Amino acid sequence: MLFGDVSQAIGNTPLVGLPRMSPDGYTIYLKLEGHNPTGSVKDRVAKYLIEQAERHGLLEPGQRVLEPTSGNTGIGLAALCKVKGYPLTCVMPENTSEERTQLLTMFGVEIVWSPASEGSNGSVRLARELAAADPDVYMPFQYGNPANALAHYETTAPEIIADLPGVAAFVAGLGTGGSVTGVGKRLKAWNPDVRVFAAEPEYGDLVYGLRNLDEGYVPEVLDESVLDSRIKVGSVKALTYTRRLAEEEGIFAGVSTGASLAVAERVCKRLPEGSEVVAMSPDGGWKYLSTGAYAPGDVERIAAGISGTLWA
Amino acid sequence: MPVVRIPTVLRKHTDGDAKVVAHGATVREVFSKLVAQHPGLGEELFDGDQLRGFVNVYVDDEDIRYLSGQDTPVEADDEVAIMPAVAGGCG
Ligand SMILES: Cc1ncc(COP(=O)(O)O)c(C=O)c1O
Repeated sequence: MLFGDVSQAIGNTPLVGLPRMSPDGYTIYLKLEGHNPTGSVKDRVAKYLIEQAERHGLLEPGQRVLEPTSGNTGIGLAALCKVKGYPLTCVMPENTSEERTQLLTMFGVEIVWSPASEGSNGSVRLARELAAADPDVYMPFQYGNPANALAHYETTAPEIIADLPGVAAFVAGLGTGGSVTGVGKRLKAWNPDVRVFAAEPEYGDLVYGLRNLDEGYVPEVLDESVLDSRIKVGSVKALTYTRRLAEEEGIFAGVSTGASLAVAERVCKRLPEGSEVVAMSPDGGWKYLSTGAYAPGDVERIAAGISGTLWA
Repeated sequence: MPVVRIPTVLRKHTDGDAKVVAHGATVREVFSKLVAQHPGLGEELFDGDQLRGFVNVYVDDEDIRYLSGQDTPVEADDEVAIMPAVAGGCG
């Protein structure tokens, strides 16, 4: 595998079986997106967001890019904007992990903090305000930009089909909805019997700190009609599965991988015996070490202690 | 008895309680009892007899839109969770 620069080394990630954690009669595979250059699935999205904007003439050479992100998209954009010569501003909730701040700062990103009490909704609100007030910035806006889901439609899904043509179901965590929408649509276009499930993180009370329900938000990128179901996963369960993954399968993943794995296990019995299920692992665990998610000790106590930062 | 989980933003209607016990064999029955006990919730959750768009309801962790909506059966030991729709973290 030889590449001219980092922007070309995105994708073609391993699909790895979990023989020890799959329920009897089924096989769960993890798509290990942590193998991308900046360590997450969002490298694919960052590349599509920027290159589509360039193609459509929305981004001038040297123009500042501004994006609401709590981490992975920002880090992916940071690397790409660096090699392509765009300065970058990320709007993030204050409670994101120290690793993410350090990485972004090292890439020369300007960080604007939004209140922790408003969760990702707050970053979206603030980024929109900043972009509206400054005509010189370009905001790709992953929550509303079709290029997000297109990255998965054109790259993630074809890789899965090539590696595992018999795939019966796909599970991914729900953030912007780009993964489930893009991969789900492509898999269903290829085989209408494929089932698609979203694993929805159950954020801590903090993230749900809206003042009223009218401030709720459903990302435009998410196409709910692609989903066969949507199952929420609490922090304790997500953390338990994530830690088991290291102990039993030797895979060190981020906490949202555990959430998808818990849902993959739950839906197996809805599928014919012998089915192969793909769950997305958006990233490795490295960026979350400082949260204490992997420290020794009782999982319930750990989850309770970090529920405010776990998914941020 | 089924327990209904109330999100922070709605606890002003339940005297601060995060969990409320409510009887009923379906989501519709559970909610009608719930609203009878805590009338402030009616306006927040419903537009006519439909749940509002930014209200997600889960029975045993599964979104009722993909089950049978308000006709989704509720077992005695099920948790009915109400959650506001928010922008996903981890983006
Ligand atoms: C850790 C993690 N979990 C889940 C997701 C959900 O992805 P999406 O925004 O495609 O819904 C992401 C996206 O990067 C992520 O980084």
